[in-house]
Amino acid sequence: MDKNRNAIEVRRLTRRFGGFVAVSDVSFDVREGEIFGFLGSNGAGKSTTIRMLCGLLAPTSGHATVGGVDVTRDPEGVKRRIGYMSQRFSLYELLTVDQNIRFFGGIYGLDDARLAERRRFVIDMAGLAGREQTLARDLAGGWRQRLALGCAILHEPRILFLDEPTGGVDPLSRRHFWRLIDTLSQSGVTVLVTTHYLDEAERCHRVALIHAGKLAAIGTTTEVKQIFSGRPILEIRTDRPVDAMRILDATSGVEKTSLFGTALHVVLRGRDVTPERLVSPLRAQGIAVESVAEVAPSLEDVFLEVIDRAGGTAA
Amino acid sequence: MRKALAVYRKEWRQILRDRRTLLILVFVPAFFLLLYGYALNWDIRHIALAVEDRDNSPESRALVSAFVNSSYFDQVALIHSPAEAERLLDANEARAVLVIPERFGRDVTNGVSPQVQVLINGDNANTATTVIGYATSIVRGAGVSLRGAPPAGPRLSAEPRIWYNPELRSTLFLVPGLIAYILMITAVISTALSIVKEKEVGTIEQVRMAPIGTFPFVVGKSIPYFLISLTSAALIILAAMALFGLPMRGNWLSLLLALSLFIAGALGTGLLISTAADTQQVAFQAAMLTSFLPTLMLSGFIFPISSMPRALQLITYVVPARYFLVALRGIVLKGTPLWLLAPQMMALTIYALAMLALASVRLAREAR
Repeated sequence: MDKNRNAIEVRRLTRRFGGFVAVSDVSFDVREGEIFGFLGSNGAGKSTTIRMLCGLLAPTSGHATVGGVDVTRDPEGVKRRIGYMSQRFSLYELLTVDQNIRFFGGIYGLDDARLAERRRFVIDMAGLAGREQTLARDLAGGWRQRLALGCAILHEPRILFLDEPTGGVDPLSRRHFWRLIDTLSQSGVTVLVTTHYLDEAERCHRVALIHAGKLAAIGTTTEVKQIFSGRPILEIRTDRPVDAMRILDATSGVEKTSLFGTALHVVLRGRDVTPERLVSPLRAQGIAVESVAEVAPSLEDVFLEVIDRAGGTAA
Repeated sequence: MRKALAVYRKEWRQILRDRRTLLILVFVPAFFLLLYGYALNWDIRHIALAVEDRDNSPESRALVSAFVNSSYFDQVALIHSPAEAERLLDANEARAVLVIPERFGRDVTNGVSPQVQVLINGDNANTATTVIGYATSIVRGAGVSLRGAPPAGPRLSAEPRIWYNPELRSTLFLVPGLIAYILMITAVISTALSIVKEKEVGTIEQVRMAPIGTFPFVVGKSIPYFLISLTSAALIILAAMALFGLPMRGNWLSLLLALSLFIAGALGTGLLISTAADTQQVAFQAAMLTSFLPTLMLSGFIFPISSMPRALQLITYVVPARYFLVALRGIVLKGTPLWLLAPQMMALTIYALAMLALASVRLAREAR
């Protein structure tokens, strides 16, 4: 593995469907062995981008190489080099674990010896020993997900695309799954993963935020949070958060407020705004303030900020 | 090759796991045959027959027995005057009256060609035609010539002779049509649904991400349905032989060839439908419109093509069942040699190739 080599290079990639621009002028690189998170709301253009990178959809303009292969010129070459797994765990429900593995091994052209070896590896990795003859539809979510991952890496691809791989899976299985992703990454596999679980995004080496088809931010999670440099975020807990929001939005020095569970995140225009200036108007209205603390921006803050700057609303 | 084999094996496993669908594919066709075979029956039996035997000789009685024993006619009355005949026909108590003249027995013994009269109630033209057919065939069998009613006109006697299906049993004519119809249903629907189902579930997306070309995918996917359709066809034909006395006068290999070409075309149609439809419901409706209805109405299965309006006749040229029926009836009922069916076989080949090519092109384009 060469950390300085790019596994994926995307240059001004654009895809239109009729008059609708699904992906607009997107450029980024993914280095070998990197776990690259692709974040965005539904319909932001994540899946369209992945489909283009997998050679399934031709770009309208721009170009991309995956594993050194141009996706427009040699989509079949791309398909040989990548693994793909989607949120829908596209396994054959009526086939057993073993039969699913044999089928996917077959369509990737594995010979018998290699298939037998990879089959053992996948069963082992997914913890499916003893369940080889179980129908896929009878497996619990976590196992199905790991089997789907196993089927996607039977041919030992150097680049792996995961399209919202953990949708509908319990937290424990999600942790287990991410440990597998980490192991793959350490062995040099490049992973491009889309997700809208922001805790999963924190596990990526770098993330790209895509909104309305455009790349809005890119970098390590620390880097993208720099969007808030010089604008501290205060977390305020009160008994009447909605009323408090209304009052704070009218307070000078407050850029914006947003609700995070039961707490409020208040973005300030600068360091000169003291917590007291915020709390006193609340108390004046009889709102009890439980706590006020400066917090580091979360990816969710970044996400909302990006959408605000684009002048849009989250889907 | 290895990839096609993987798809082929996977498809079989899925089919075998889904027992219900498999049973539907294999046995519903035979069930259809029974249903349509007995219901779609234009044969007329137990026709009420009045007999006016003016001769009452052993010969005349033999003729009456020939009518009754044919099982087409039931003797309901023995009458003695034309007035009675008229009354029975008017009252609808008899559909036909057989009049045997006085000198019938003597004429037969003397080698003079005797004549008998059959009066037929013509209020239902179809029935009447069929009854004429039966009566002609029985009387000819008894070695006499028939003078039909009404007796006006010049005394020309035509002697129709019907080959291949002398009793004009409509089942023999209908069964090949049923085979075409049923095969169209199983082959088109099963192929179309199997792919559309994968679209609905999302597995096809996973397969498209793999480096497998359209050709191995289509081949691996279709062959199981091809084999099932062929088995289904064999069952129908065997059932038709056992139940309806369908003869097999031609060559089994010719039959296999005709069936294979027809099924290949149907599979192609199913594949083509699957490229256009995104849900099973749409696929089913598309199959109804493009395959079942034309096979039923425009193939010559039920309505003769020659009596259709010109515009409809033109459409029948692209209905594969039109050619298949000619070939099938030819091979099964007449024992027509293959080389005489070359135009039909060519047409079926062209149809199958066109459908498969069109479907492959569309599938390949969809993959991009």
